[in-house]
Amino acid sequence: MDRALLADLRAALGSDRVRAEPLELHLYGRDAGVDVGEASAVCFPATAEHVVAAVQVAARHDRPFVARGSGTGLAGGATPVGRPVVIVTTHLNRVLEVDEQQRLAWVEPGVLNLDLSRAVRHLGLHYAPDPSSQQACTIGGNIATNAGGPHCLAYGVTAAHVLAVDVVLADGSVAMLGGVTPDQPGYDLRGCFVGSEGTMGLATRIAVRLTANPPEIRTLLLDFTSIDDAAATVSGVIAAGIVPAALEMMDAEITRAVEDFVGAGYPRDAAAVLLIELDGLEHGVEAQVERVRAVGSSHGARTVRVAADEAERALLWKGRKSAFGAIARIAPDYYLHDAVVPRTRLVDVLRQVYAIASEQRLTMMNVFHAGDGNLHPLIVFDGREPGIWARVHAAGDAILQACVAAGGVLSGEHGIGLEKRDAMPLVFEPADLDAQARLRDAFDPSGRANPDKVLPQGSRCGELARIPEGAWV
Amino acid sequence: MSPLERDPREADLLDAERAVAAQVGAADAVAPVGTGTHREVGGPPPAGVEVRAPVGVVMYDPAELTVTVGAGTTVEELSGILSEANQECVLDPRDATATIGGTLACGLSGLRRLRYGPLRDRVLEVRFATAAGELVRGGGPTVKNVTGYDMPRLLVGSFGTLGVLTRVVLRCQPRPMHAQWGHTSDDPATVLARSFRASAVLWDGARTSVLSEGHPDDVVSQIATLGLEAQEGPPPVPVGAHRGRASVAPADVIAVGRSLDAIVGARWIAEAGVGTLHVACDEESTLADARQAVTQHGGWLLREEGAPGLDGFGVELPNAALMARVKTAFDPTNKLAAGRLPLAPREDARIAS
Ligand SMILES: Cc1cc2nc3c(=O)[nH]c(=O)nc-3n(C[C@H](O)[C@H](O)[C@H](O)COP(=O)(O)OP(=O)(O)OC[C@H]3O[C@@H](n4cnc5c(N)ncnc54)[C@H](O)[C@@H]3O)c2cc1C
Repeated sequence: MDRALLADLRAALGSDRVRAEPLELHLYGRDAGVDVGEASAVCFPATAEHVVAAVQVAARHDRPFVARGSGTGLAGGATPVGRPVVIVTTHLNRVLEVDEQQRLAWVEPGVLNLDLSRAVRHLGLHYAPDPSSQQACTIGGNIATNAGGPHCLAYGVTAAHVLAVDVVLADGSVAMLGGVTPDQPGYDLRGCFVGSEGTMGLATRIAVRLTANPPEIRTLLLDFTSIDDAAATVSGVIAAGIVPAALEMMDAEITRAVEDFVGAGYPRDAAAVLLIELDGLEHGVEAQVERVRAVGSSHGARTVRVAADEAERALLWKGRKSAFGAIARIAPDYYLHDAVVPRTRLVDVLRQVYAIASEQRLTMMNVFHAGDGNLHPLIVFDGREPGIWARVHAAGDAILQACVAAGGVLSGEHGIGLEKRDAMPLVFEPADLDAQARLRDAFDPSGRANPDKVLPQGSRCGELARIPEGAWV
Repeated sequence: MSPLERDPREADLLDAERAVAAQVGAADAVAPVGTGTHREVGGPPPAGVEVRAPVGVVMYDPAELTVTVGAGTTVEELSGILSEANQECVLDPRDATATIGGTLACGLSGLRRLRYGPLRDRVLEVRFATAAGELVRGGGPTVKNVTGYDMPRLLVGSFGTLGVLTRVVLRCQPRPMHAQWGHTSDDPATVLARSFRASAVLWDGARTSVLSEGHPDDVVSQIATLGLEAQEGPPPVPVGAHRGRASVAPADVIAVGRSLDAIVGARWIAEAGVGTLHVACDEESTLADARQAVTQHGGWLLREEGAPGLDGFGVELPNAALMARVKTAFDPTNKLAAGRLPLAPREDARIAS
């Protein structure tokens, strides 16, 4: 069966663009998360037509297909389930058009996030969503996961920056969702597609909004002797009516690890540090710097360091962005969580999260987008230790439950994928899940686009029984 | 306890929402109504049982910058409550007596979209009554969330054709310290290129009006940089018996404005940098001419008031088959706000009876 599938894929794309050797199938069997699957073939299309052809071949063979960018996803979104055809977009990596006047760019899905910002830097523009993985992840993957990043606090997550998407649907047809006009007649299908994790089709061409670089930027490092004080400062800054460009928090363990790794000048003895960026016009920025300083001091900030120049600013950010490189030196394995809580509940939820880690005797660090309440508890461990995985998973489940109980949600930016699919009933009623399943089925009636992701089995509740006579579907 | 009932403060609202859902479920045809400020948007008001969303601000924590409201609450009422904490939610419908549900359903983003983005970016969570009479929730209450599909964006701009919004959670923001309008005879492209985060750049063909918001000293310096003459409040948005909203690529605003200027009796103002134009006139045929001018530039014009002879958008819905499938998934008998969107049942998809 696979032989016929492979032959058809090779005939359609060229044999060098289709791989099925054991090594490739293994390499593309997972993303950066923990779930492992198995592909039947891995395709490397170089054009949108190749993508259409691959999807059509998959349809003819009644096989599922899974879109894949760089595979940096952490929720198993790109993990192949049910021996699908994996379609990798990394060769679709051209910036097609930069429209300086309208501040937008048309790109292929495999363009790396940071490469786009680099390509428009000379125009005084950038692409605002900046996931920590921005050197490695693709714009296509960002759109599929509705990725966030430190600067999404003020600038909004990916969804706010996507204007239009050409999508290859599961039947091989192509639809342009959205457009460069401010609104489109009818439903916001582009809005539905963003964050759909490859379950509604595969993006082959994307128009994104570009953002003007701010004239003034101030980057502050505040250091605290207690986690509670740092968390209270986060809530205090928001409550003071300031929405910084970025507001990141790092706890003691990760601060030390980062400092040992890059020497950004972070205080090694701090219980927590906050990295806060303010941008905009001169007077507003200065006023906000003073305001943040005051809020920090009133919550016991030991020092408030304002980066003196661009070099110091870059160094402070390098520390934050090297966090994952730093932990690789501590233990071979890590499990990075992602959940959101109301910002006013940060102190309380963080305490619970640390208690969960110590209960399970696990090393945990926290480096996260504090300004929007987006927690990233990071468990570091050695997977070879007997029984460790059970504890890691137990801690993860407990953390999610604590976040949901505090009025939070399952994921702020990594997505649901396989990882959290079965936790969806924690936050949604059967009727909610059924509605989501209907939406997905409207995009992909065949159910072949990245099946088994996002929605748990049994999400569709007896819809056939409810369709009245004469109804159109 | 189900997640819906976790918070006792929501209990009253939830009861009201359930009543709406029951009403919707029982009816054969449903016309969701707010305060009627956009009764004629896209076409004559749909026939059916008039259904109204619950009213009231049920949860507001200024420190969280989010607010939970019954969708029948007026923008005016919400603004009043938020301003007590010196916050706002940028809704800005042309008439503040509009309900929040209606504003969302019509996808009105207001004149400050240039800086604050479209309305859909401010909607965190929605709950709506489905055709089958169920309550469905989508999105989530936190400011950041990718848990499941983005139902809020689907509902914004859906004209009540997928469900009757009963409750929404919106993102709020601190009110700007200072705001000042000013105008210049420079063309809007020049103004856009020289300004930074202007809240609005409106152009009527002769005059460019700019709204600057922020720290008072920054506002003053922006006004000076752009050489603006200060003015009291925004320029008038045109009114008339026949009215529409056009959407064109931002780069085409000047060309479209020039075409509209050539139409006798067409009054208009454009949101430069955004691509929205507001057009009004006294004769229906004038609006038809305006629509033609807009479509020639690849845009479309939505009839908002009057002009009974003009259909909704004047262009075919893009991806009509896909949209019809979405519509069918939520409203298989086409009973919700029938006619608001030109979605024809697909013959090939009719279930054999
Ligand atoms: C160290 C590290 C740090 C990270 N930091 C962040 C962060 O700060 N913020 C954040 O949001 N994420 C972060 N991530 C997660 C990850 O980088 C993002 O989810 C990213 O958007 C994935 O992009 P990718 O190209 O690797 O996509 P993949 O992992 O290849 O795919 C992700 C999902 O997108 C789908 N997909 C990919 N391309 C397409 C396409 N063209 N059309 C349709 N569907 C497609 C896949 O099917 C899958 O469901 C981090 C990951 C790591 C390892």
